[in-house]
Amino acid sequence: MRALLFERKIAKYAAAAVAGRLAPGRGAKVGPLHLADIDEPELPGPGWHRVRPRLAGICGSDLATVDGRSSRYFEPIVSFPFVPGHEVVGELDDGRRVVIEPVLTCATRGIDPACDMCASGNTGNCERIAYGHLEPGLQTGFCRDTGGGWGLTLVAHESQLHAVPDALTDEAAVLVEPTACAVHAVQTSGVAEGDVVVVLGAGTLGLLTIAALRKLSLPGTVIAVAKHPEQRALARSLGADVVAEPGEVRRAVRRTTRSLANGDVLTGGADVVIDCVGSSDSITDSFAVTRPKGRVSLVGMAGSTTVDLTPLWHKELQLAGTYAYRHEAFPLAFEIAAEANLERLLSATYPLDRYAEAIQHAAEAGRRGAVKIAFDLRTERRR
Amino acid sequence: MAPNNSVRHGRPGFVLEVDRSTPPTLFWHGEGFRLEKLPVGSRVIYAPEPVTALKDPDGAIRHALLNPLGDSKPLPDLLTPGMKLTICFDDISLPLPPMQKPDIRQMVIEAVLDLAAEAGVDDVVLLAALALHRRMTDAELRHALGDRVFDAFAPSGLLQQHDAEDPSKLMHLGATEAGEDVEINRRAAESDLIVYVNINLVAMDGGWKSTATGLSSYKSLRHHHNVKTMQHSRSFMDQHRSELHSSNWRMGKVIKDAGIKVFQIETTLNNDTFPDSFDFLQKREWEWGPRDRASFLAVSKTLDRTPDRLKRGIFHGIKAPHRMTSVQAGEVEAVHAVTTENVYRQQLVQVEGQTDVLTMGLPYISPYNVNSIMNPILVACLGLGYFFNLYRNKPLVREGGVVIMSHPTPWAFHPVHHPSYIDFFEQVLSETTDPLEMESKFEEQFATDPWYIHLYRTSYAYHGVHPFYMWYWCAHALQHLGGVIIVGGDPRSVRRLGFKPASTLRDALEMAEDVVGRDPSITHLHNPPLFLADVR
Repeated sequence: MRALLFERKIAKYAAAAVAGRLAPGRGAKVGPLHLADIDEPELPGPGWHRVRPRLAGICGSDLATVDGRSSRYFEPIVSFPFVPGHEVVGELDDGRRVVIEPVLTCATRGIDPACDMCASGNTGNCERIAYGHLEPGLQTGFCRDTGGGWGLTLVAHESQLHAVPDALTDEAAVLVEPTACAVHAVQTSGVAEGDVVVVLGAGTLGLLTIAALRKLSLPGTVIAVAKHPEQRALARSLGADVVAEPGEVRRAVRRTTRSLANGDVLTGGADVVIDCVGSSDSITDSFAVTRPKGRVSLVGMAGSTTVDLTPLWHKELQLAGTYAYRHEAFPLAFEIAAEANLERLLSATYPLDRYAEAIQHAAEAGRRGAVKIAFDLRTERRR
Repeated sequence: MAPNNSVRHGRPGFVLEVDRSTPPTLFWHGEGFRLEKLPVGSRVIYAPEPVTALKDPDGAIRHALLNPLGDSKPLPDLLTPGMKLTICFDDISLPLPPMQKPDIRQMVIEAVLDLAAEAGVDDVVLLAALALHRRMTDAELRHALGDRVFDAFAPSGLLQQHDAEDPSKLMHLGATEAGEDVEINRRAAESDLIVYVNINLVAMDGGWKSTATGLSSYKSLRHHHNVKTMQHSRSFMDQHRSELHSSNWRMGKVIKDAGIKVFQIETTLNNDTFPDSFDFLQKREWEWGPRDRASFLAVSKTLDRTPDRLKRGIFHGIKAPHRMTSVQAGEVEAVHAVTTENVYRQQLVQVEGQTDVLTMGLPYISPYNVNSIMNPILVACLGLGYFFNLYRNKPLVREGGVVIMSHPTPWAFHPVHHPSYIDFFEQVLSETTDPLEMESKFEEQFATDPWYIHLYRTSYAYHGVHPFYMWYWCAHALQHLGGVIIVGGDPRSVRRLGFKPASTLRDALEMAEDVVGRDPSITHLHNPPLFLADVR
């Protein structure tokens, strides 16, 4: 079958890192990702199904991988070569459409009894992602055995499958997995009724977090920080009350919360900040605009970064990462996808053989007025 | 002839019709200039030349204090030992540019203080009538009042600046027949006499506006600094058609009825605006001599190579050679009637008929950016608030016409002077440019923001609500015009203001034709020096 394959080739990885630093997304042209004819993945055991991806999104973590920017933290929990792609709407052999919940939990790995995290429903925090009868891999799309959404076939355990309602288009369904991340971010952020909440970043995850905030909580004011005009318009339409540009965030939060300021740092600030960027600048801004004893949820994948933690210490902030989701996030994500008309966030699709172009488009999405870029595998010829 | 009158020696204002031999017209362009070739048939309105100044301003001041207008007694008769006297004076927004030493305020206040001393008055406070403007720095106060006055009053705390956000320093006097709250400075209200020292640069200044606005609070100001008032002031330079004027006069009645005595001293200036090195700015282009052309070239070339910050420093260092043309004192309304005539004597220019397109070059300074940055909101206010309203009878530009302004309009703000302007630009203008909508949706939030209030009271910041007032000042023009174009401005800033950017005047005129039709009539406001168009 045809698939984009990511191989462990140190020289190419280094080339991708250099190219990716020069221009985001350029790692696809020179790095270890390439289009290949490979064998379909084997079904690892009972309860597993073949899934033919229909649409597969390109995520920020995929871009980091392609551009050689991923943290070395991931090395023991991925297995090479792998087919990327974990935002997937596909169809089973019987034609039913499904969205994949990509986290490879104890259930998928045949581990019984399940680890404490899986047993308590916190499957995103599975403690056995490098164990069991599958090769290591934190998710489908990072595991050698399962395949991924950027190929014509992957395999998924029945615990990973979520049926797609007939009324939901593929274009909306491909947004369900990142929406589940947003649901989880909101559910773990501790937003109370009337809170001022700041969402930093208005890429896919930031926009979906705004939609999830409106669906699942009762914030008083949602302040979105968006860099590009299309992002600002979408943020507002998805429920942001105030939309500011990145350089304006401190002033926007100050005037909304009627805070005073000590230099650049607010004396008060937002109750909750959800950082969907994960850069040094965004984390610094998060600390600056959160009120004392407020909470910062780090949703964007931060990687290795340098941040002054003094405000975290002085204001006694809570900083918590949020990764993936619990299984129950998916039904809510389906509801949001339908109600918020999320298919409008899918800006462009590409065939696999134009992958370099697709990845570059995804890397430059905001600047080019786009949000989500995906591969369209519905028209790919199967061998 | 009374010594407080001067005679005209300069030529009156003039309306030039551009023909093929007309040299290019000088447009102000912020801290710089543009020479523009206006289409044949365009009109250029030039200000009257400076009225001859009073030969003996000190004598004229003393004469005014001893020979008051209206039903006022001479000032010495109002001064008694043991009385409480507050001398209020106009703030940094007047005159423009700041005048060369000695400032008129210094001259008048020294004369008043001499009389107070002669009368044995020892409870005297000097009070800068800031309203919601920024506080003046010590250097600015020293320039306005002179060393002698500053050194006598400032160290002992007797030189004060009005604080519209300290409830303990305000007194509510009641409401007008229209229900407008009148709240003014408590020290002034509790004084046995307020002496108000005014500089009347334009016809809007002075009269009851001095005390009813200059010494008031947001609670009081909001009754006339609002969209409805500005849309019904046509123009606010014409007191007979100005709702702003009417509201201040109603408030003046409340002040008077509360038993507060005001001895008003008003002064007018000639429009000798620029020093010798910028003499070409005072002249009509076809009358430029070799020296003017050389000066223009030298200044322009130098400015082209000068960083913005330095350019700003050069221009804000200009001190105008303004001279006093009249001084009158006594009862507020009687004084102001004479003052207004003296302003008209210097500034009125007769203009026949309206125009389709009005062009204007905006200079580096407005009342609210002295020693500061002319941010985009102030650009809009200077063009559409002040210059557009420099008319009597009818606006210079017809209804549905277009205003073309020339200014770099940088996305730049003075962080100390204009903090709420930054927020206004980022939040309010990105949502709406409709004055009514922003008034209902955002004004109160900004007016009561504790951070802005803190900065207004303790730093040198304009009040949080001030940028709204700047935009309301444009409300009449925004309602009247079919379009606004800014030539040579930062396109992002211009679009944020809701206007259209053009890179050249030619482009702007072509764009204007889309609104007003082909071959429009064009009139250029050659301003400053200031004038007031009497449009027939």
